[in-house]
Amino acid sequence: MAVGAPITSLDPHYHQLSPNNAVADMIFDALVNRSPRDQGIPGLATSWRAVDSTTWEFKLREGVRFHNGNAFTADDVAFTLARVPRVPNSPSSFALYTRPITAVEIVDAHTIRFKTATPYPLLPTDLANLRIIDKETAENATTEDFNAGRAAQGTGPWRVVEHRNGDRIEFAANAQYWGGAPAFARVTYRMITNDAARTAALLAGDVDFIDQVPTADLARLRREQRVVLSETVGLRIIFLGLDHSRAGATPFITDNDGKPIEPNPLRDVRVRRALSLGIDRAAIADRVMEGAATPSGQFLPAGSFGHVPDLAAPRVNADEARRLLTEAGFPNGFRITLHSPNDRYINDARIAQAIGQMWTRIGLRTSVEAQTWATFVGRAARTELSAWLIGWGSSGGEASNPLRNLVASISREKGWGASNRGHYSNPRVDALVDRAMVELDNPRRETLLREATQMAMDDVGIIPLHIQTNIWAMRRGLQHEARADELTRAQDVRPAR
Amino acid sequence: MTVFLLRRLFQASGVVLVMTVLVFLGVFAVGDPVEILISPEADQAERERAIQALGLDLPLWQQYLVFLGKALQGDLGRSFVFNEPALTLIFQRMPATLELAFGATFLALIIGVPLGLYAGLKPNAMPARAIMAGSILGFSLPTFWVGLMLIMVFAVQLGWLPSTGRGETVTILGMRWSFLTWDGLLHMAMPMFSLSLSRIGLAIRLTRSGVRENMVMDYVKFARAKGLSPQRVVFVHVFRNILIPVVTVMGLELGSTIAFSVVTESVFAWPGMGKLIIDSINVLDRPVIVAYLMMIVLMFITINLLVDLSYSVLDPRVRLESRE
Repeated sequence: MAVGAPITSLDPHYHQLSPNNAVADMIFDALVNRSPRDQGIPGLATSWRAVDSTTWEFKLREGVRFHNGNAFTADDVAFTLARVPRVPNSPSSFALYTRPITAVEIVDAHTIRFKTATPYPLLPTDLANLRIIDKETAENATTEDFNAGRAAQGTGPWRVVEHRNGDRIEFAANAQYWGGAPAFARVTYRMITNDAARTAALLAGDVDFIDQVPTADLARLRREQRVVLSETVGLRIIFLGLDHSRAGATPFITDNDGKPIEPNPLRDVRVRRALSLGIDRAAIADRVMEGAATPSGQFLPAGSFGHVPDLAAPRVNADEARRLLTEAGFPNGFRITLHSPNDRYINDARIAQAIGQMWTRIGLRTSVEAQTWATFVGRAARTELSAWLIGWGSSGGEASNPLRNLVASISREKGWGASNRGHYSNPRVDALVDRAMVELDNPRRETLLREATQMAMDDVGIIPLHIQTNIWAMRRGLQHEARADELTRAQDVRPAR
Repeated sequence: MTVFLLRRLFQASGVVLVMTVLVFLGVFAVGDPVEILISPEADQAERERAIQALGLDLPLWQQYLVFLGKALQGDLGRSFVFNEPALTLIFQRMPATLELAFGATFLALIIGVPLGLYAGLKPNAMPARAIMAGSILGFSLPTFWVGLMLIMVFAVQLGWLPSTGRGETVTILGMRWSFLTWDGLLHMAMPMFSLSLSRIGLAIRLTRSGVRENMVMDYVKFARAKGLSPQRVVFVHVFRNILIPVVTVMGLELGSTIAFSVVTESVFAWPGMGKLIIDSINVLDRPVIVAYLMMIVLMFITINLLVDLSYSVLDPRVRLESRE
């Protein structure tokens, strides 16, 4: 099988990065694994419950062995949690998932309790990010030991046979896997980052399975007899961020003569609504994305925890948009620059171009500036832009994740709004999220998250565009269980019945 | 000779030093590695931890001095992404690139020089004209296009050759080599050919013009008058003279093939240094970028040196002493 993104490490706690996590999922298990729709399902823990408002108890699976034969016990869990924050040089650590845990208590070999400072309903969701390693093997192991395969001893369905950095990883089946032996004896996991080359490798029969199928090849592959596709609505929302931070002029909006506009028009909800209504989401999904996207008016697709059923994607309405702009005092529109990366999301720069034309139709003279992600992301982070296209993948598949990160007010002590590049702030949204974060009752929590989502969307804190469809392609004769979280894992592929 | 070598070495270290400053400033100007590497979910505290862990919290000049101090002890830093020493990463990938580059240059010489010789000796024959026309195609077709076309024809349509990757390898001196196995050679065929195409064109043109120039020179007339056989005139006397420009240009081309075969490597998913450097630039993995460019500078200087040395072998009139 061939994947489009390079795997940089076999250490499951070194770099919090989707491609690495996919491989970690093949070698290791977490206490809580994730279903194809990214909901928590029993992994190395068979059940869990909140004993009281600040204590979670997990029952561990019995009779599970690591690849080297060592038995899996609560000691390994405690060791893993202790190691996670101590991995040296980590460019993006998993420690944010262990931080809420204040104490770990081993009740017996197969029962473990976690204490948190405040009620913390997301603990099982967070634990799904922490793959459990073997204490005896990894006691003094460095990231290099994992990369070399020596320390990469997990409980997962695949054993590492060989790892060639940036090229391929060879796996052999773990016949003793507790979830049932995998369908293939050996798997070669190759990294082919060039899109055209990856598709060609599939067509040439060099690989049996590829991920990240380029939308340009979709029409052709659908006609191809030798190939079948597997697809599902993902969890990655593509949206426009807006500068709420400045009360005065925002740098990339000027009047038609090129003079700055004060106050910042983006602080007027009518302007934000007009920008949203001016976009023909259906056309973008259909023509730019070749159907590989679902127009959306909120963070998550239908079926996810916190999705608001009545909140449909706004339909394009240029007249209403012009009316709102006039009402806001811009009968002749203004000039705006939309920034976008050009190498990050599927067709990102082309989507921005399309929006530029749509906005021009409602009377805004729009220019589009697309640049490489490496440059773009820094500028967005420093809020140097006025309007920009960006994406967000909601890990854990529930609405608290995008709410906390994208629209909650920036707060260092709560750790919120770290990706709220536009500095959007709405105390009523914050209050709802606050309550949801300590609500242990799931139905009540979902209601709170829905209310918060509805509120942030009515206020157009961000402008959601569409949710990407994840697409894999394989030779006829195979079948694949498509995953919402974009992870490409060998255990999801099997011979077709 | 020793003075000459010493001076070269001195120049080299100066260039390397300038290079490191440029790369440091360049990467700093392009963007912030932490923003790229960090998980989007990370909160503010985690971001600060990462900045500190990667040593990016210091002012740029301090970061540079820290780097320089370690570099003098032979430590060029650890990759932000792989958490392995940058040099180890580069050396892991080097054999793949070297065999491709040397293979391509070898191919260019054994195909290009004979064809150019023929085209130079019989400039008006039909095949010679065809060769010259073909050579223009050779260096004007873009590499990535040639690469993809080769894949489409030989891998997808005909199924003769594998589309991507290195195939079977043999480990010698702790490094993996593909060119020693049949499977590896099959994998090498297409990337090697697409990389050599423009060099073949170049070798043809250089050889041809060299032959045309030399054939009318006095020494050739004299050799002929002496009654030497045409073969001896061409292959001993003329050949030696035309080799000088060919060696110079192909030597420098070898350098750029090694350093910048990025396009070919990514089209054929060839796990060489070119892919490493482009991936590193995408995530601003500064230690790897710096280490790589330092190595490339050293390599170019070495190649230039070897080219100069080979002159003195090919042409006894060339002296390597300094002017004084």
